[in-house]
Amino acid sequence: MDAVKYVQDTFVKGTELPQFKAGDTVSVDYKIVEGNKERIQTFQGVVLQRKGSGSTATFTVRKISNGVGVERIFPISSPFVVSVEVLKTGKVRRARLFYLRNVSGKAARIKEKMMVTTE
Amino acid sequence: MSGLIGKKIGMTSIYGDNGKMIACTVVEAGPCVVTQVKTKDGKAGYDAIQLAFDDKKEKHTIKSEKGHFDKAKTAPKRKLAEFKNFANEKSIGDVITVTEFEEGDFIDVIGTSKGKGFQGVVKRHGFAGVGGQTHGQHNRQRHPGSLGASSWPSRVMKGMRMAGRMGGDTVKAINLKVLKIVPEQNLLVISGNIPGHKGSYVLIEK
Repeated sequence: MDAVKYVQDTFVKGTELPQFKAGDTVSVDYKIVEGNKERIQTFQGVVLQRKGSGSTATFTVRKISNGVGVERIFPISSPFVVSVEVLKTGKVRRARLFYLRNVSGKAARIKEKMMVTTE
Repeated sequence: MSGLIGKKIGMTSIYGDNGKMIACTVVEAGPCVVTQVKTKDGKAGYDAIQLAFDDKKEKHTIKSEKGHFDKAKTAPKRKLAEFKNFANEKSIGDVITVTEFEEGDFIDVIGTSKGKGFQGVVKRHGFAGVGGQTHGQHNRQRHPGSLGASSWPSRVMKGMRMAGRMGGDTVKAINLKVLKIVPEQNLLVISGNIPGHKGSYVLIEK
């Protein structure tokens, strides 16, 4: 497996992303290429899961758009993922939040984790 | 033509120039030693070279094999294979590495496919099965149906596709692109998948 890891480390160079995990609210800027035009689109939502390891890992973001749930899977080291901004750190008790697909409104809220800095 | 013996390491994915993800197989290819050169005028009666790959311990080598490897002044190897119509003149004892190939080359990879065991006609030959669970079907969803008609031919034709052992065949995957070459680690990164399980030997031909 070492050779596979070597290939990943040598040939796949993704952008540096901040630390985030399931339950966090993130805003993902990704590049869209149409013909020879490029533009940046933003997808903002809750991270449902992080999946895989190494350069082939992905993360799923879910948002509610016009009352319809929309999920998008981003490869972590894709050159199209320009940047990820963590807006809120969620306090959740599991690694995969698929239960969010079946709940809406009040039940779909995620408590925010409060960070206290001590001197 | 040129060729090499390799070992399948595993699969991963890298990104192409357009940013699209490409599934790829990592193969440890070479270094291979030429252990025998067969010529048309010689004893063999045809042109070919024999390559050897992957070191093994001397205590696992029988004496007759040892003598064969000693002629090429090399350590005993696990895998030997013959390649016909080699483009460049090679002599016994020459070492061939991945630099034989270039990035962007199209290659063929020959290997032994994964054994699937005894399989039915749906998986083995792509039969459609019965196609429904109603109209009296209760235990024959994946059955082959009729094998031969009654009055003619009143027998089962030769070569009728039936259930049986599947996989473990020699398979050649053709026109695969070499995406990357790592000469210092003897690695080839090949676009797509190749036959066989991880750790199995494959023959790579250009």
